[in-house]
Amino acid sequence: MTVVFDGVASGMLLFLISVGLSVTLGLMNFVNLAHGAFAMLGGYVCVLLLNRLGVPFLVTLPVVVVVCAAVGAVLERTLYRRLYGASHLDQVLFSIGLVFMSISTAHYFFGAQQQPLQLPAFLRGQFNLPGMDVGVYRLFLIVVGLVVAAGLQWMLTRTRFGAELRAAVDNRRAARGLGVNVDRVFILAFALGSALAGLGGALGVETLGLDPEFPVKYIVYFLIVVAVGGSGNILGSLYASLILGLTDVVGKYYLPQVGAFFIYAVMVVTLIFRPQGLFGRGATR
Amino acid sequence: MSATAHAADTKAATDGVDLGPITRDARWQPAEFVFWALPVLAWFVFPENLSLLTQIAIIALFAVSLDLILGYAGIVSLGHSAFFGLGAYAAGLLAKYGFGDPLLGLAAAVALAAFAGFVTSFLVLRGADLTRLMVTLGVSLMLYEVANKLTDLTGGVDGLQGVEMKPLLGLFPFDIYGRTGYIYCVSVLFVLFWIARHLVHSPFGLELRGIRQNALRMPALGVPVNRRLVAIYTIGAAYAGVAGALLTQTTQFVSIDVLSFPRSAELLLILVLGGTGSLYGAMLGTIVFMVAHYLLADINPQYWQFWLGLLLIVVVLFARDGIMGGLRRLGAALSARTAKGARP
Repeated sequence: MTVVFDGVASGMLLFLISVGLSVTLGLMNFVNLAHGAFAMLGGYVCVLLLNRLGVPFLVTLPVVVVVCAAVGAVLERTLYRRLYGASHLDQVLFSIGLVFMSISTAHYFFGAQQQPLQLPAFLRGQFNLPGMDVGVYRLFLIVVGLVVAAGLQWMLTRTRFGAELRAAVDNRRAARGLGVNVDRVFILAFALGSALAGLGGALGVETLGLDPEFPVKYIVYFLIVVAVGGSGNILGSLYASLILGLTDVVGKYYLPQVGAFFIYAVMVVTLIFRPQGLFGRGATR
Repeated sequence: MSATAHAADTKAATDGVDLGPITRDARWQPAEFVFWALPVLAWFVFPENLSLLTQIAIIALFAVSLDLILGYAGIVSLGHSAFFGLGAYAAGLLAKYGFGDPLLGLAAAVALAAFAGFVTSFLVLRGADLTRLMVTLGVSLMLYEVANKLTDLTGGVDGLQGVEMKPLLGLFPFDIYGRTGYIYCVSVLFVLFWIARHLVHSPFGLELRGIRQNALRMPALGVPVNRRLVAIYTIGAAYAGVAGALLTQTTQFVSIDVLSFPRSAELLLILVLGGTGSLYGAMLGTIVFMVAHYLLADINPQYWQFWLGLLLIVVVLFARDGIMGGLRRLGAALSARTAKGARP
């Protein structure tokens, strides 16, 4: 049972980091390989505030969200927007370029070592339920993940902004003709994706670690979540993250020699049979 | 319609079409002879840097292999290192267990990489760009994990050691200065380039370009799209396998790095820098990239990556057709000027 619980928690963490990508890649259809760089930014902001300035952990999170959203918005304005109409290959190359730059920038400022993160006392430790050990921080991750999932799903399906975003993505010109301010919607959506990446990155420091290679090390996992979950589908990403988290933890627990091979195999097989993802909308763009 | 009438019809159709531009493209141009004089010249001018020059030749071949599938057929791949790595390990393992003949190693690398390319090409046929990116990436990552775990066979992250090469053709041993290695790699590059050049100017090559431009229309012209894509993907994989084998044979070592994702990404960068859809672009991109790396990475390896990223962004935003595109524009401007000057 403990293994299952840890799997769910690691799936939730995966979801928290990659849900931002399912907004930018899934909804806005931009192959943003630099997603991990935003997550790394979030992690570094959190660690800096915590270790250098002594800001409490829970207070750092809103700051992280604001900083990442701002950086995302600026980059969208200056760079990303030029590539909305470009081919996927161009988007891939461009975002790989951003990843390289972010890696060496992080090296320059923080060095190659792992950044330590001291969690506040009330998030540490674990308690025992019959049949399993529950880590408090893992429980915290699961709760935050569920809140974020519910909030996003509500925002995308029930609010005016969500409707405008979906309209702008499906048909930019028609949406503009109907009076949707497409530029504003896109910049907000991109800032949202970056903010979520940052939040996930900050929450993940404790489990995944934080060093300049972070964007390359984990980008594959984020991409898998979005690819398997299906494009532009928040709940799909949630299910995919949980499946992957469980497979990963359970697989590493019982068959450590197979390692990450299993996850990649799951992704390739899924994409062969359902190129649009497990929970995709069917239409491949 | 009778068979003879049909034949006459086809003949009339080809007669009516001006094949001039196509045959002219297929002919060797003076600039190309100059280009191939470069490796000979380099031998005399930079005799101390033969190992770097050998690396350039190998990566140039690797870039050509990606150009065949991406630049000509339009298949985007984030996992081309898979075939490079397969070739590298095939040649390395053969040599380690006593079959150190270089050409035998090349043959094994071609066979293995082409087989893997053929099998995985059917995965690549499915889905659009994004799916292809993910599937090629997934395949190369799976291979990386396999190589990482099979430490008995591949040495894992420590790399494959004990690769001992026999003399080339039984006559020329690989020397410490890398002279044999350099001539060997440049010769292989030239032969394979020559074949690739024929390939892209053949009807097959033209069909590939047609598929890249409009895959829906080609079946209407009687081109079996999937079969062509499978063929070129297999060929591209075989080329990459040869490049990997050459790397193993000249360095006598296989690092697990040959299968890694950064290697695929770097290769994409090289190709885009040089200009996709041009064999010379692939090779020019390699030369510029490798020389810049050699000069800049000496100064500071970490900041090299920063400039690399910046360059990538600039190329994507402002110089999408790379070095070759720039040269072509320069050539067009020059010929326009001389034409103007010739007119009184």
